[in-house]
Amino acid sequence: MESIKLEGTPKTPTVEFSANNGVLLLKGRSIPENSIEFYKPLINWIEDYSASAPSETVLNVQLEYFNTSSSKCLLDIFKRLERAGDAVTINWYYEEDDEDMLEAGEDYDAIIDIPFKMIEVEEI
Amino acid sequence: MAYEAINGNKFVTYKNKLSEKFNIFDYYSDMEKNNILLSFKGTITDDLISAIIELIENKLELKNESSRIKKKVFNILVECLQNLYHHNEDYNQQNGHDMSVMVVIKKNGTGYSIVTGNLIQDVKIESFKSKLNKINSLDKEGLKQLYKTVLTDGEYSDTGGAGLGLIDIGRKSSNPLEYGFIPFNENYSFFSLNVKINQ
Repeated sequence: MESIKLEGTPKTPTVEFSANNGVLLLKGRSIPENSIEFYKPLINWIEDYSASAPSETVLNVQLEYFNTSSSKCLLDIFKRLERAGDAVTINWYYEEDDEDMLEAGEDYDAIIDIPFKMIEVEEI
Repeated sequence: MAYEAINGNKFVTYKNKLSEKFNIFDYYSDMEKNNILLSFKGTITDDLISAIIELIENKLELKNESSRIKKKVFNILVECLQNLYHHNEDYNQQNGHDMSVMVVIKKNGTGYSIVTGNLIQDVKIESFKSKLNKINSLDKEGLKQLYKTVLTDGEYSDTGGAGLGLIDIGRKSSNPLEYGFIPFNENYSFFSLNVKINQ
C-alpha cells in the first residue's frame, strides 16, 4: 500500500498514513468548508488498510481544532479502522485546558469500539 | 489653503451633509463604545473565513486572553462563519445574485459575543426555530447526547455539516442561543443569532 503524506494547511491537518509501521497521524487543524472532499481519499485508504489485516496499529489524533463538518469524517475514519481488528489503539491528544477537545474524544470513545487513550499535553 | 478650508464653512457644510446620511465618525465611536473587534457585511467566501479567523486570533493574542477563551471563540466563530457560508449559497442559488451577511464580534463585561445575521427562507423558519429551542432547552449532558445522536445517525446535509453546527455552538458556548427573525421581503426573513462566550 502506498503511504499518504500531506502537509498541514491553516484549514487542513498534517496527515501521515503509513502501512509499513502501522503508525497513523492526523495533526493540526481540520476546519475545511468541504471536509468530504478532503477526507474521502483518507477514508478510502483506511478502508483498504483495514482490509489488509494489519498487525498493530496506532492512530495519533493530535488536533488543535476541528469543525463539525470534519467530525463526521473523523467518525468515518474511526469506523473503518474498527474493522482492522483488535490490535488498534487511538491516542487522542488534547491541550491541558481544552475541556471541549477532551469531551470530543470521550464522545468518540463512547461510539467507537476501539480503545481511546486520552493524552493531555501542554501544546499540540 | 487647505487648512482654512477644513476649519471654514466648507467643512461645516460637509459635516452637516454627512450627518443627514451617514456619519462615519458616529459609526466609529459606536463601534469603539461597544468594543467591536470586527464588523463585516458582505459575501462570505472561504478565503474571507481564513482572513477573519486569522485576524481574530491575532486580536485575542494581543488581548492576552486565556487559551480556553481563545479556543472557544475560535471554534464558535468557525462554525458561525461556515454556517453563513453554506446557507448563503442557498440564497444565492435561488436568486442568482450575491446577498450580504453580517458578522460582528464584540467584547463585553462578561466575555465575547459573536453576532451573525443572514437571510433565511420563511418556509425554513419553523424548523429552524424548533432546532434552536431544542438546543436551548437542553443542559450540558442533554446537548452531549443530542450531538452524539446526530453525529451517528448518518444523515448528511448537502453541505456536510450533518446539522451539527448549531448543537456544537450551543454546547461550546454554554449559554442559551439568542435569536430573532425579522421579515425582509415576501419570502425571506433576516435571521439574527447572538452567541455568548463567558470569560
